[in-house]
Amino acid sequence: MAQHQVNYASAAGLPIALTSVDKLVNWGRSNSLWPLTYGLACCAIEMMASGASRYDFDRMGTIFRASPRQADVMILAGTLSKKHSEFARRLYDQMTEPKWVISMGSCANTGGMFNTYATVQGVDRIIPVDIYLPGCAPRPETLQYAMMMLQKKIRRESANMNNNTKQNLRLV
Amino acid sequence: MQQPNKLTPFFENLNFEREDNTMVINFGPQHPSAHGQLRLVLELEGEQVVKAYPDIGYLHRGIEKMAENMTYNEFLPTTDRLDYIASTSNNYAYALAVEKLLGIEAPRRAQVIRTMLLELNRIISHLFFVATHALDVGAMSVFLYAFREREFAMDLMEDYCGARLTHSAVRIGGVPLDLPTDWLTNVLTFCDKVDYEVEHTYGALLNENRIWKMRLEDVGVISAEDALSWGCSGPMIRGSGIKYDIRKEEPYELYSELDFDIPISERCDSYGRFMIYMEEMVQSTKIIRQLTRMYKDTEPQLMAHAPQYISAPKEEIMTQNYALMQHFVLVTQGMRPPKGEVYVPTESPKGELGFYIKSEGEPYAYRLKCRAPSFFHTGLLQELLVGTYLADVVTIIGTTNIVFGEVDR
Repeated sequence: MAQHQVNYASAAGLPIALTSVDKLVNWGRSNSLWPLTYGLACCAIEMMASGASRYDFDRMGTIFRASPRQADVMILAGTLSKKHSEFARRLYDQMTEPKWVISMGSCANTGGMFNTYATVQGVDRIIPVDIYLPGCAPRPETLQYAMMMLQKKIRRESANMNNNTKQNLRLV
Repeated sequence: MQQPNKLTPFFENLNFEREDNTMVINFGPQHPSAHGQLRLVLELEGEQVVKAYPDIGYLHRGIEKMAENMTYNEFLPTTDRLDYIASTSNNYAYALAVEKLLGIEAPRRAQVIRTMLLELNRIISHLFFVATHALDVGAMSVFLYAFREREFAMDLMEDYCGARLTHSAVRIGGVPLDLPTDWLTNVLTFCDKVDYEVEHTYGALLNENRIWKMRLEDVGVISAEDALSWGCSGPMIRGSGIKYDIRKEEPYELYSELDFDIPISERCDSYGRFMIYMEEMVQSTKIIRQLTRMYKDTEPQLMAHAPQYISAPKEEIMTQNYALMQHFVLVTQGMRPPKGEVYVPTESPKGELGFYIKSEGEPYAYRLKCRAPSFFHTGLLQELLVGTYLADVVTIIGTTNIVFGEVDR
């Protein structure tokens, strides 16, 4: 009977990688963030520019999806009007867990310059927001940075979404 | 079942007279090819649309009402957010209306810069049209190519005014800044690039493309009569064989001195309109080239001299007491145009864009109305979509080139 004696310590190392479930799951989640194409107004143009040639979002694993069922991130790009707010909430509810929200631009953050009867003064009145992105309209670089911030945030989260405070808040 | 009340308005109460076997489908307001927040309620018989109901108002922000509570200069950056694909054309249309109300004219150098920016914006907007229209119909690579060139135009805008999308590059009475160094050289390089790409990239990919022609030819046919009665303008009316361009009909700025053609198409369909957009980009580069030559013979003055309405140049404000006083009054109180009303049409990339302003002599407009081309083109959808197949709906929405910032305002 042949003895297969391999000295792992001296050869190429153990063929085993040790990690935690959290790290493994978050590695997957953070590196393939698929945003919903949720362009509302001017920021949508910059969001499209981020996906197009020069800024090339695909290299970050970010591929825009047209259906909320396939999306992980909702980039709310533009002014949310009161008439539209119900749809925003419905689309958010249609997204599968885990899900994150980026509020892009001043209008989505706070209502911006449109403090009128028709606009929602900040999308966080409708849905929970993870990243607020300032600017009117934010540059594509800003959106890329926001995606990187979101990746960082996801990597810190627990893989079990029930442990995350955001989830607990959402139930309230 | 959701009950309508004051806080949660009820959206699904649109009544359709339904005949036997039709299916009602909801298209939008969040649809990747709805060009913003267009919601269409379509009644289908099999795959054919028998009734279409465009539902607008999802981007209503109350811009016209805001104008009534803002001084004239304060409102200018808000106009950026109307047709946000070509911001300067909105700034310009508004500034021109106010200038007509005040009875002032921008100095020659400002006019040259403005016209150049307007045409640059036309190229930006048309490139965006080609990109998104191709994307909607299914040609992804054209989208990537067109956005590549669009970024160069955005760089030029950024060099001039510092913003990529919301420019505010035109002010009432002129322009705030002179052209930076090398800008003219860069814009000429860009013009050459656009001419080349229109012919050799988008043209080569699309013009004779079999699939592209099958998807566009005889789709969205608007007769000349329909185009007139629905109030179409811009490429929508020129695509129906009517040679109507405000740059030629009622020349404003420097257009009367410039040599350019108005492309028209007798085809009346989406393909004809697409060809108009392609040709207009080439015409815009032709205009920009002429303007770069005109720029060299102009005086350095950038803002009109009208102390009652427009602040003096910064050097005068800093050195002369009276200029400082006037500047203080204009900033704190705003200009007070004479009583009266004014409407000035301009040819924005999408059609006739005009501002109607009623002034009561106050620093705020009594009423401001924006006549936006996309609004009329959206209305046309309810007739244009009837009888087409569901697959062509996206093509037709794309060909109208509507932008919701100016539809809903």
